Amino acid sequence: MTTHFVGDTAVLTGRSLRHILRSPDTIITTAVMPIAFLLLFVFVFGGAIDTGDVPYVNYLLPGILLITIASGIAYTSYRLFLDLQTGIFERFQSMPIARSSVLWAHVLTSLVANFISLAVVMVVALVIGFRSGAGVLAWLAVVAILALFTLALTWLAVIAGLSAKSVDGASAFSYPLIFLPFISSAFVPTDSMPGPVRWFAENQPVTSIVNSIRHLLMEQSVGIDLWIALAWCGGILVVAFILAMVVYRRRIS
Amino acid sequence: MTTATAPAIHITGLEKSYKKLHVLRGVDLDVERGTIVALLGSNGAGKTTIIKALSTLLTTDAGSASVNGFDVKADAADVRESISLTGQFAAVDEILTGRENLVLIARLRHQADPGTIADDLLERFSLTDAGKRRVATYSGGMRRRLDIAMSLIGHPSVIFLDEPTTGLDPEARIEVWNSVKELAAGGTTVLLTTQYLEEAEHLADRIAILHEGRIIVNGTLAELKELLPPAKVEYIEKQPTLEDVFFALVGRKEAK
Repeated sequence: MTTHFVGDTAVLTGRSLRHILRSPDTIITTAVMPIAFLLLFVFVFGGAIDTGDVPYVNYLLPGILLITIASGIAYTSYRLFLDLQTGIFERFQSMPIARSSVLWAHVLTSLVANFISLAVVMVVALVIGFRSGAGVLAWLAVVAILALFTLALTWLAVIAGLSAKSVDGASAFSYPLIFLPFISSAFVPTDSMPGPVRWFAENQPVTSIVNSIRHLLMEQSVGIDLWIALAWCGGILVVAFILAMVVYRRRIS
Repeated sequence: MTTATAPAIHITGLEKSYKKLHVLRGVDLDVERGTIVALLGSNGAGKTTIIKALSTLLTTDAGSASVNGFDVKADAADVRESISLTGQFAAVDEILTGRENLVLIARLRHQADPGTIADDLLERFSLTDAGKRRVATYSGGMRRRLDIAMSLIGHPSVIFLDEPTTGLDPEARIEVWNSVKELAAGGTTVLLTTQYLEEAEHLADRIAILHEGRIIVNGTLAELKELLPPAKVEYIEKQPTLEDVFFALVGRKEAK
């Protein structure tokens, strides 16, 4: 079974990457909304938001990157759901392949697709004035955090894709995830928020992740935020993975 | 592989319930190697459930089933090595081209030369010209042909066809029938489900009727006919069937 895992995963990943190549609109639509938010906040609302001596675009970008990922992973559940509906999932499962590679291919494709969308958003950010003096190590750390966040959310998307009853249901789960950065330190500093909202904002995963990325890019010391961020991402990843496997086992037996 | 003489499919006392719905209530069925067996039954009789159990896609509650001598529970990986499933809906990748679909399956079956296999099959199923086009542009019949072509890759000894002609027009149905006959001629065992009595009559060496969760009859067409009182001889004017009319007008591919 496991002898073919790498090869089968590579073949199936190639298949879904080809899907993306043939419908690049999935990359565009993933990137459009975050870019709209970016422009809206930088040029319309940003002037009224006090972020000290940090330019607002620099302040905002980490949150925008997370929104990009949150909207990108909906396509993973969508693609998985379509595979189940068309019966090609069952065809793969009835073949002499490493069966779990069907899921892993979708997960790897999600990583690639999201990083392409992230690159598109980054280019727009650079055009409108985002600058960072961060070194290679700091950038690598940012990429690693984003990859971990993508993986964690992708496994959530796998659960949604495997258990959805309709196309809409397969992608609806991502709406709250897209909304989460709004109640965090992503757009405005949390100290302006009223008590309970502020408490929620400061203790939900997005704030620690946003703060870590922001500090890394602004060449500031990251401190405890990084560990909290990693704990959140790792925790969500492990729980989502286990749940996805439970749903998957139920689905194939 | 100690099983050269064992039946290709051997099912005893197979039971399966979905919640309260008792779909299979003790199915017994043997399929000899190299034969085409049609599993007949009305909608919801459990035909697809049997196919899924044999394809290791669901676990049953009681009884046992083996394919090519391998138990579907204990030796699921060996079973998957021996079979191909063509599901109820042509399970093809619409975004890929016909050729890419074939290459994909050949790679997943770990074949040595996926490109040549794909080209050979495209030719055999008259899809060479369509091979470069995306499957989304194919007609229902072309999809089914591609679907069946995909099932042949890696020469599985047993092929399951779940309602292979549902939703196809008469011409496409005959194309599929011809493909199935070709398969069996090559020594492949075929278990197909159908709701069309005519299809079973036309294709199958043996016919098994699934009713209320059990196989109630299993035999050749001649044997099944003997179950009824002998035919009375009556003289009636032979009217052409609608199918005769259709093919006379369209003027193509007479069914044999």
